[in-house]
Amino acid sequence: MTTTQEISLQTEPFVLNMGPLHPSTHGVYRMRVTLDGEVVLDIEPMFGYLHRGIEKLMEERTYTGCIPLTDRLDYASAMGNNLAYCVAVEKLAKIRVPERGEYIRVITAEMIRIANHCLAVGSMLNDAGALGTPFFYLWNEREKLYDLFEMLCGQRVLHNYIRIGGVSQDLPDEFLPALEKFVPQLHKFINEFEFFLKQNEILIARAQGVGVLPKDVALNCGISGPLARASGIKRDLRKDDPYSVYDRFEFDIPTAENGDCYDRYRVRMEEMKQSLHIIDQAIKKVPGGPFRAKVPQIIRPPAGEAYGHIEGPKGELGFYLVSDNSIAPYRCHIRSTSFINLTALRQMVKGWKIADLIVIFGSIDITMGEVDR
Amino acid sequence: MNAVSYAAQAVPADWPGGYWWHWLFYTVVIIVFVLVMVMGAIYIERRGMGRMQLRYGPNRTGPFGLLQPVADALKVLLKENIVPNVADKIVHWLAPVIAFTPVLLIFAVIPFQNGALLTDLNIGILFIVAVSSISTVGVFMAGWGSGNKYSLLGAMRNVAAVVSYEIPMVLAIIGVVIFTGSLSTGAIVDAQDIPFILVQPLGFLIFFIAASAEINRSPFDLMEADSELTAGFHTEYSGMKFAMFYLVEYAEAIAMSAIITTIFLSGWRGPWLPPWLWFIIKTIIVFFVMVWTRATLPRVRIDQLMALAWKFLFPAAVINLFVSAIEVLVWPDISQWIFVGVNIAVAVIAIGVGTKMFKPGWGKVAV
Amino acid sequence: MQFKFFGIGMLKGLAVTILHIFRRPSTSQYPEQRLNISRRSRGNELIWDREKCTGCATCAKACPQGVIEIVTSTDMADNKYKVETYRVDTGYCIMCGLCVEACPYDALYLGYSFEKAKYRRGEFVQTNDELKESPQRPASGYFHPDIAKKLPKQTLLIEKATEKRK
Repeated sequence: MTTTQEISLQTEPFVLNMGPLHPSTHGVYRMRVTLDGEVVLDIEPMFGYLHRGIEKLMEERTYTGCIPLTDRLDYASAMGNNLAYCVAVEKLAKIRVPERGEYIRVITAEMIRIANHCLAVGSMLNDAGALGTPFFYLWNEREKLYDLFEMLCGQRVLHNYIRIGGVSQDLPDEFLPALEKFVPQLHKFINEFEFFLKQNEILIARAQGVGVLPKDVALNCGISGPLARASGIKRDLRKDDPYSVYDRFEFDIPTAENGDCYDRYRVRMEEMKQSLHIIDQAIKKVPGGPFRAKVPQIIRPPAGEAYGHIEGPKGELGFYLVSDNSIAPYRCHIRSTSFINLTALRQMVKGWKIADLIVIFGSIDITMGEVDR
Repeated sequence: MNAVSYAAQAVPADWPGGYWWHWLFYTVVIIVFVLVMVMGAIYIERRGMGRMQLRYGPNRTGPFGLLQPVADALKVLLKENIVPNVADKIVHWLAPVIAFTPVLLIFAVIPFQNGALLTDLNIGILFIVAVSSISTVGVFMAGWGSGNKYSLLGAMRNVAAVVSYEIPMVLAIIGVVIFTGSLSTGAIVDAQDIPFILVQPLGFLIFFIAASAEINRSPFDLMEADSELTAGFHTEYSGMKFAMFYLVEYAEAIAMSAIITTIFLSGWRGPWLPPWLWFIIKTIIVFFVMVWTRATLPRVRIDQLMALAWKFLFPAAVINLFVSAIEVLVWPDISQWIFVGVNIAVAVIAIGVGTKMFKPGWGKVAV
Repeated sequence: MQFKFFGIGMLKGLAVTILHIFRRPSTSQYPEQRLNISRRSRGNELIWDREKCTGCATCAKACPQGVIEIVTSTDMADNKYKVETYRVDTGYCIMCGLCVEACPYDALYLGYSFEKAKYRRGEFVQTNDELKESPQRPASGYFHPDIAKKLPKQTLLIEKATEKRK
């Protein structure tokens, strides 16, 4: 299927503007696609339609006041952004998080990973033309998770839950029983979903061998997350540079070899299972005690710089903070996963059809809020 | 023999008032039937897909949301009609009309009941095949006239699909025609003591796939391909013209369901219920299968669509035709029930071998 | 399209979708069927307790959007601050809840109600007594566990999904 062939009948190439208003550009991404008939000759990515200047805005807010802004980066996985930012600030201000806080953070981070992968797989399949059905099934599960997030922090999407030195509030009494109830439900759902689509011939035809990202290209582009793991790069910050209490859990890093769209879909499904495994272990081990270190509302970290990173749902998400001992960061740079993962798009889509372009783009799993910042 | 007197032969002898009354009655019946069925089809599709996707579907307008298609139609009629500056105005205007007419023409030869059809042409099937692909012209006009690249891509895909899928579709029909020995739709229904879906399982499968591709139902909905081409050929249509295309889409689906009912599911024949009700029930069942596949399967790519037509369906259709021809030639007099078993075995073997041998074309092109 | 499994993969998919017809849809019919929102809901309004407020303006400092405007004067008789104006532009509020967390005197609450759309932008700017708690503007349990305990239990889809279909 991947055999490359010379283009047999060449026609005059024409330029098609895809986006910013297009059903499957995941927001307001714009591609100038040069097409020869259906074949993509070249694409020129254009973005910035959702630029809100978050890095600059952070310079004039207090360290705590920046947390709501990180929600708006990758709005499909707000909890992960909160965590990454707080990990960076704690590194900068040298704050230790209590045990209970760390466990709550792990649970919520894994929950948001599942929620994000539900969205990623669903929207990729939607782009492949499965008219919403797998999307709705996955969103049903995502909705259950979002119910739990709502119980935890009052909002469904923009959580703003993790604070510097812990989490904002303790777990409600009914949270852990509900989560325990959810885990077997999701296991059951994943099995059903694998039955539904794993062997589907049309999906295999549309995704297998399509948009191959070779290992060396992935490394050169700095790709991380499920995208890199699908290309065979066994790298996961939860294992390689354990933050929080991830070193206490047992889990595998699912990888694949081909680096095509189907492998990305597989890796995401496997990661959901692993996340459930971590949640399962964490629920049993949640200790008592304080959930938040005694951190004042307005902190003044010592002058210096720190880079805190986590393995977000989409890959390595890092916050680079420079402090000048004032109440606001002097400079904040966000290593946003989506933006860096997007750099490989051009290498992946060249020579494929316009329909594949959409699937490949969907399989990268980007959020425009994070690309444009 | 002029057209009128020719058609008059097809009229039942006891029909009062002669040809023109017959013509008027059935024209009204067909138009009403198509419009009502399209509304029903939209309702079934939206509710059916809704339930398959763990939601309700439209259930607000009227009892059980039955009036939703009416409300949609009203809304779309009242919308502003926008024509792009770069559009070819006449082509843009004419396209929906040209796309819609052939769909109505198909129903002229569909028997709703024994003898109850506008005209029982003795070349009925040929007429259907000839007419059904005319709406492609309308679609291509829409794609070209809009002056939009998405529309053009969608229209080109549709033309390619229709040209390719006509061939396996016609070959699948010929398998049936060999058994009946007639091209007339009435005669085909009469000949189906056993529904041809059993006698011609492979033919049915090929016809169903080809019909889905021809009318652009998912998984072959490449010309609309909402995730790739926004709305394909009708990207630049709004208001009434868009409504026409919407109507065409569902009317074509109903027409194809009606054809499949007539050819493969023994048309209006059935016990207990009145024949026209049987016809409608079978049509709706076939349409529901289309909805079902639409809700489940992802979309194929254009080269895979072509590969499926030429490398899988075409050989399978030829095998089906060959086997049917031999059966009819060598054993013209034995019971068709024997052929049922033989043909199902042939279908299973053909699909098994065909799927193993089937290699889709290249995907990537060196640029 | 490579039929690796003779098309069985597609048939499996068809089986799953048809079985879903007999399941209970997970959507709820909103205006008639209202689910209980979270006890910690961060609704789109702010509730201010004039009695407890000392006018320290910690909330205004904590607010990342700067929508809280507070004007105080000194009350010489009682020897404390008197809050003259407490104005919140809820149109700019992002409902992050940081003000509620910051308030040292528990004088601020987030709203529990929803459906608070307004016709004009100016109506979003709420001042003094408009911010008070009332039956129409119940307070949410965000950062106030004692209030949270009294609020109805949140409806969860997890529990709804295991219910029998009626």
